[in-house]
Amino acid sequence: MPTEQTSQPLIHARGLTKRFGTFTAVDAVDFDVARGEAFGFLGPNGAGKTSTMRMIGCTSPSSSGTLRILDMDPETQGPEIRGLLGVVPQQDTLDEELTVRENLVIYGRYFGLSRAECGRRADELLEFAQLSERRNSRVEPLSGGMKRRLTIARALINEPEVLLLDEPTTGLDPQARHLLWDRLYRLKQRGVTLVLTTHYMDEAEQLCDRLVVMDKAKIVAEGSPRELIDRYSTREVAEMRFPVGVQETLDGQLDGLADRIEHLPDRVLLYAEDGEAVAEAAHHRGLRPETVLVRRSTLEDVFLRLTGRSLVD
Amino acid sequence: MTAGTADRPPAIEARPGAPSGLQAAARVFEHRAYQYRRAFRGSLFGSFVNPALFLLAMGVGLGGYVNATSPEAFDGVSYLQFLAPGMLAGAAMQQAIFESTFPVMYGLVWRRIFHAMYATPIGPRAVAVGTLAWIAFRLALVAAIFILVAWILGAVASPLAILGIPTAVLTGLAFAGPMGAFMATQRTPDKFSAIFRWLITPLFLFSGTFFPIESLPSALQPIAWLSPLWHGVELTRGLTLGTILDDPVRAVIHLAVLLALVGVGAALFIRIVREKLAA
Repeated sequence: MPTEQTSQPLIHARGLTKRFGTFTAVDAVDFDVARGEAFGFLGPNGAGKTSTMRMIGCTSPSSSGTLRILDMDPETQGPEIRGLLGVVPQQDTLDEELTVRENLVIYGRYFGLSRAECGRRADELLEFAQLSERRNSRVEPLSGGMKRRLTIARALINEPEVLLLDEPTTGLDPQARHLLWDRLYRLKQRGVTLVLTTHYMDEAEQLCDRLVVMDKAKIVAEGSPRELIDRYSTREVAEMRFPVGVQETLDGQLDGLADRIEHLPDRVLLYAEDGEAVAEAAHHRGLRPETVLVRRSTLEDVFLRLTGRSLVD
Repeated sequence: MTAGTADRPPAIEARPGAPSGLQAAARVFEHRAYQYRRAFRGSLFGSFVNPALFLLAMGVGLGGYVNATSPEAFDGVSYLQFLAPGMLAGAAMQQAIFESTFPVMYGLVWRRIFHAMYATPIGPRAVAVGTLAWIAFRLALVAAIFILVAWILGAVASPLAILGIPTAVLTGLAFAGPMGAFMATQRTPDKFSAIFRWLITPLFLFSGTFFPIESLPSALQPIAWLSPLWHGVELTRGLTLGTILDDPVRAVIHLAVLLALVGVGAALFIRIVREKLAA
């Protein structure tokens, strides 16, 4: 049935589970990734994102469930599948004994490309990763952002069908993150399917067409960033910070001001259609928070709503 | 080929498929060659200088004294000729221990390049086999230079010495497999110095390298037989002195012990690398 095959998802998981001994890292998750989309796994550390990515990357066998990647079975066709993937692991795995360019060339060799082809692609990718000037430099002295870009360039050497990125910008400064997002956005424009994990909601909002929220080994919600916010949060949030000790004594004084109220250790979040109106109403009740910030709802709020916890502790 | 393959963009058809085990291991080997390119000169120079210094100091210097006081102590061969094969086998062991310690830590823990390889069509077996193949290559190089130096210094009595190269490779691999397997289970190289001090150094000293094990107290001699290095030393000595065919059964036993160790060590190494990569 060829017509059905073409519409099949690039990655298809049903009841996908990963256990390490008695610990269940990924608990019966279902998801599909379509060609050309940017798909994200959003969740805090330990939610099972990396274990899921390693199963997709065919470097970690699943304990149970179904997983199909590019219409192949990871269990029997791991090397073939890996040949069509690009992997950006959470920890850099660059060879610091080699130069920037050598890292790309030798990696291309792993995919069976000729040396000439590896060299050609390496030069192109160095251009793309804005590392051409550092081509003959050793990897060790590069900045974190440069290493990340080199890792992404390396993952593209085989012109992969799917690029897997595990926490691509964790540990980078804002400027380096934006540069990286820009490069990933360009890849998306070119039609590369991106699958990424992150615990940064801004990253998920920037990059993902669709995402699943993971918590404690399970998927707790799925949709586009906009859909998730619409479904699980209000349009706006009024964040109030009270003087030390005051928040504990508020005790019902905020009731009825907003659709939903979250008490965090350092501030109170009031969810409502109109944040300014909430702030004003609070003022009328004689409440005097130290600061009031009215903002749009984000995926962070979605996560808080779904799990009762913040993404980044 | 499934029905669906035809619907994919043609680019996929043009892609190289999964490599054979040999191809995959060859690419891992190539990676090591890239790394080595930079250290090549210094390392090669050391491979010349080390045996030259040792053979001169101990073989010619100390040996001159030994030969003068007890000319028949080594069955009529000079001490230099007795010592050279022992040093060769010992050097192979040490080289193999180094090559299977830090590069394995580098690959699995420090820079995780083995993990990077496994993200491609390269499998854990190819990672392990390619690593051992590189160690074999390094051992062959070191042994060839050693034999050349020994020959120049007159420490080689038979053209069979050329077979000392594969023998050194086997002797080294008999250590590299088990050592690599052990290091693959470690998070830090902390145990390395203890292994070197309590295992490698005593083996180096008491495996018939510097003196025949017959000089050991008779209670200790069976322990020397357990030493893989002793089998390597005996085999190498038979080759460089040209006496190997005097007792072919003995030679075959030495060879069998080494081959068995290489096989078991390599199998262990492959298995542990797989466990570490494909968790």
